[in-house]
Amino acid sequence: MAEAVASAAIPTPAVAPSAPLPVKAVLPWALFVGLLMLVALYFVGAEQGATALFAGEGVHEWVHDGRHLLGFPCH
Amino acid sequence: MYASTVRGLLVRGMLAGLIAGLFAFAVAYVVGEPPVRSSIAVEEAAAAKDAGAAGGHAGHGAGAGAPDSASASAEEEEELVSRPVQSTVGLATGVLVYGVALGGIASLAFSFVLGRVGGFSPRATAALTAAGAFTTVYLVPFLKYPATPPAVGNPDTIGQRTTLFFLMILLSVLLGVGAIILGRRLAPRLGNWNATLAAGAGFVVATGLAFLVLPDNTDAVKPDFPAALLWEFRVASLAVQLVLWTVFAVAFGALAQRLLVQRTDPAGAEAVTPRPASAVG
Repeated sequence: MAEAVASAAIPTPAVAPSAPLPVKAVLPWALFVGLLMLVALYFVGAEQGATALFAGEGVHEWVHDGRHLLGFPCH
Repeated sequence: MYASTVRGLLVRGMLAGLIAGLFAFAVAYVVGEPPVRSSIAVEEAAAAKDAGAAGGHAGHGAGAGAPDSASASAEEEEELVSRPVQSTVGLATGVLVYGVALGGIASLAFSFVLGRVGGFSPRATAALTAAGAFTTVYLVPFLKYPATPPAVGNPDTIGQRTTLFFLMILLSVLLGVGAIILGRRLAPRLGNWNATLAAGAGFVVATGLAFLVLPDNTDAVKPDFPAALLWEFRVASLAVQLVLWTVFAVAFGALAQRLLVQRTDPAGAEAVTPRPASAVG
């Protein structure tokens, strides 16, 4: 286990830079789950404020404090 | 094989977002709720004065009980969700959903940038992704359209303000992505350090231009709203987001590192994931 031999034999150190993941593998997840996450953000950030999918004020009132503190315009 | 890696990262991102959301909720409850409560008291005092009713000013900044009694006296203040629920379960719902959703999105962004922005470990890439997300999704939009407490803002303009806020987020994220691409293009010519500085400067200048071009928030703060209270609220909002993204960076970094390094460990299970071509040759 000579140091010089070991470092010559192993081309990459323990903290090797990561190999990229193929875009084709990421894209379907990004599209479908990403969209779902954006819908969730919409309900926290804007539903029954600027626009409303559901009538009433229930969603708005429920997340009211979070909406203010997370930085969204609330009312 | 890669798809399962992406799915694993996504699940870990949402889990890290949930953990971060719990910490952020604690901060929001302890640091954020007092100014929210005081702002509602200000709002109700103003409403009571408008209505010509007496006795609305009682509980400014005092306890949780006073605003409730004031709201009872205010006309047509029909409470769908009570204040105790709003400030606990309601607040937690908002912050946790926000954390999980953005954790998921950030982990997808991480899957795209991993190994494409320089020689960073998964852990370091996670930290950079979180820093980028905090800056572009919250900090930059916050500088143009800062968070406002209850009692600030005219309900009639909520449509315009929401549109501008989301537009600012979109613009800031796109400019951030543009800066990363620019930095990568410049790196062979300028070297990594100077290319990063140039891309960062480009981002700042482009963001500044966007600030100038986009319209001001016309009804951000009423002149008689207490300045100290506004400051307290905005620092609390900043703290919530800073804690959210810091905890996310640490938690997701640890989880992603364990998932990815175990697979690409040079000493161990090398056969599981192919090494980059440069490392082999």
